[in-house]
Amino acid sequence: MSVQLSVDGRRVDVNVDPRTTLLDLLRERLDVIAPKKGCDHGQCGSCTVLLDGRRHLTCLALAVAQDGAEIVTAEGLAGGPDGEHDLHAMQRAFLEHDGYQCGYCTPGQICSAVGMLAELADGHPSHVSPDLTAAPKATDEEIRERMSGNLCRCGAYVGILAAIRQSAQASA
Amino acid sequence: MEHREGALGKDALTLWLVQSTIARGRVLDVDAEAALAHPGVVSVLDHTNAPILGQGVDEPDLELMVLQSTEVRFRGQVVAAVLAESAEAAREGAALVRVSYAEQDAEVEFGPDTTLEIPDKVNPDYDATSDDGDVDAALAQAEVVVDQTYRTPYEHNNPLEPHATTALWDGERLRLVEASQGPYAVASSLAPLLGLDVADVVVTSPYVGGGFGSKGMAHAPAMTAALAAITAPRRPVRLAVTRQQMFALTGYRTRTVSHFRLGARPDGVLVAIDHDVVEQTSRWKEFAEQTATSTRTMYAAENRRTVHRLARLDVAVPSFMRAPGEMPGMFAHEVAMDELAVACGVDPIVLRERNEPTVDPETGKPFSRRRLVECLQRGAELFDWAERPDDARSRADGVWWVGTGVASSTYPAKVMPANQATVTSCEAGEYRVEVGAVDIGTGSRTAMKQIAADALGVDPSCVQLEMADSSIGPATVAGGSSGTASWGAAVVAAAQLFRADHGDSPDPGLQTTASAADIPAAEDHALHSFGAIFAEVRVHRWTGELRVPRLLGVFSAGRIVNPVLARSQFYGGLIMGLSSGLHEDSYRDPRFGHVVTQDLASYHVAAHADIGDVRAEWLDEEDFVVSPMGTRGLGEIGIVGTAAAIANAAFHATGVRVRSLPVTADSFVS
Ligand code: FES
Ligand code: FES
Repeated sequence: MSVQLSVDGRRVDVNVDPRTTLLDLLRERLDVIAPKKGCDHGQCGSCTVLLDGRRHLTCLALAVAQDGAEIVTAEGLAGGPDGEHDLHAMQRAFLEHDGYQCGYCTPGQICSAVGMLAELADGHPSHVSPDLTAAPKATDEEIRERMSGNLCRCGAYVGILAAIRQSAQASA
Repeated sequence: MEHREGALGKDALTLWLVQSTIARGRVLDVDAEAALAHPGVVSVLDHTNAPILGQGVDEPDLELMVLQSTEVRFRGQVVAAVLAESAEAAREGAALVRVSYAEQDAEVEFGPDTTLEIPDKVNPDYDATSDDGDVDAALAQAEVVVDQTYRTPYEHNNPLEPHATTALWDGERLRLVEASQGPYAVASSLAPLLGLDVADVVVTSPYVGGGFGSKGMAHAPAMTAALAAITAPRRPVRLAVTRQQMFALTGYRTRTVSHFRLGARPDGVLVAIDHDVVEQTSRWKEFAEQTATSTRTMYAAENRRTVHRLARLDVAVPSFMRAPGEMPGMFAHEVAMDELAVACGVDPIVLRERNEPTVDPETGKPFSRRRLVECLQRGAELFDWAERPDDARSRADGVWWVGTGVASSTYPAKVMPANQATVTSCEAGEYRVEVGAVDIGTGSRTAMKQIAADALGVDPSCVQLEMADSSIGPATVAGGSSGTASWGAAVVAAAQLFRADHGDSPDPGLQTTASAADIPAAEDHALHSFGAIFAEVRVHRWTGELRVPRLLGVFSAGRIVNPVLARSQFYGGLIMGLSSGLHEDSYRDPRFGHVVTQDLASYHVAAHADIGDVRAEWLDEEDFVVSPMGTRGLGEIGIVGTAAAIANAAFHATGVRVRSLPVTADSFVS
């Protein structure tokens, strides 16, 4: 089946097996390896990308259902594979605060963090929001709660929090 | 695995594993017809058609003897593998393979009636027992006795990057890109079984997403990929082990039951320590966790006995998981110490100070450094220990009981022999430094580059570092907190010899290879790191929910080569310790022998929301008795004692003593 989508600014038109997940399409067919496969079951967050602007687990999305989607991976956030000199503010913050150890969860953490801050800005409450109708703030507790779908087995949570906190303050 | 540049070319086939659904018995038949009929499936490997392994090898490693017989030794064993043009087809093909079995009774759990055996040695090479003085007599006379049993569960390493192998056979050489903590170890364990020279098995591990021990040795999937590659020459074969498969195939920590008896004077001074461990291994390959070895070194006591007893079961083979031995053993010991402190009415830090040995109780040798008391005291300062009420269940904040706890931590310093490094001079004052060891995400590349630059007396930018390739030469595993000291010692030796042979301004192309020099003083000392872990725990009055708002580790771990990397290791250890304290539990089904909690939704690990204020500090020091860099290693010590500090804090909060991990809410609701 044929689908057209945009991946990190690149238009792609591919034929996919109906069983293929978006994650496998990206990694195996399109050579976009920023999203990682930590579990393939929506349980770890390492495959997170921004799909039409919102954070999304690509292992839980079938590629055939993504016709017309716009996907931004951690690589795309940096302005493409050669984008080292043009890192996204969130990526710079991760570097500055040592927000990773092995790096395997990192592309997912970064996409998730960018998507999460947008949700906060849009006023979405979370489980720990004290007032469901007031605009939530980027407190440590909110950040931790909202990032809990992204596991880091190396335990780099301290640096990840610091990085996101800095980005949240910079964008507030 | 992340290695585009290390990938073995396009056109890869995908391999998918088929696992046994019985714990013990024989495969009667592997019916591959439906699988082979599925579009894209290329072949199905089983015991009837797999290349033969282990010819001429005495006692081959049964974990790696994949598809060599009909025998099923544990549930989840590889009984077939499907090779296909795509992952989708391979996976579908694996689901279509029909395996029939003759099932036998299996013993998959240990209990009071299980036959136990004392092994010859415990991992890696420690005595299984020790006996000093007369423990029974001392306990019979002791004024205070703590006599309790402590339990730790099965745990799975679960690095976030699952195990994966890409294998390519060109007819003469096998190349593997492997998610490994030791490419050379993988090459040297696979090669003889394949009938190849080690040099003809080239293993690279350019980027690895964590290991925590599970990637410390070759496991069955790597061999399965090698076998499949041999059946499909010149086409790369890719195998990604699924998260679920990792729960059977890539190692785990055994469950442990530690019976502790501490005998003491009323002031808390120990007169006897008795640590009796029951744990399990697989019947067909032994891995005996060294659960009681830290007990031999930790505190002074004239009478001390330790013993490990093993149940041999029809189960997957256990192996290394971060601080094997120390982690479960020190959970038991440090909770027992807390119980002793309560029994004697002595502050837990004072209790530990009173039992500080002057020499290593096990060997009688002096410690190269032993700064446990300083760690405890510094931690007490940072954690406001002086404010702590003596009594349990005496502080509440709204609906939360609040408590603090402490535990000691320790880990032996190890320098592995048989590492080799090569220094080559290049143009423009640059040097190529090669060491076959791997960076599994800890930052070893950075540390090795710093060490090499230091030893050569050049700027780090002048060092090109080559690692993670078995063909570079012998290099030991990134494990046992031994990497930096062991590989670094080889790098220093090669750099020094290079300078001695070729001077300070060598022509390009000169080369020196060397192994680490022995440090004679190491023999005469006991080499251990120490630390103190502090936790604050809040327990919800009505639901029993546990939170850990504060966690602190203070460590004496030798010289710190790179503070950013070191802090990350300490944090990682502390957080994995917290994770084991609150969550981790691989529940094995006693009827079928498999782990039920075999994914990250049911095997819980610490997430962002579990983490509060985590801090790590270290004492400034250098330990040249261990390594020429003065380092001792820091990958594991952070996990040791952490779960005990949490359990002790939970007791202080609530007055409820939990003696088994994980510490969960149900213990606090009555
Ligand atoms: S791989 Fe998608 S959530 Fe784990
Ligand atoms: S940095 Fe290794 S899993 Fe997060």
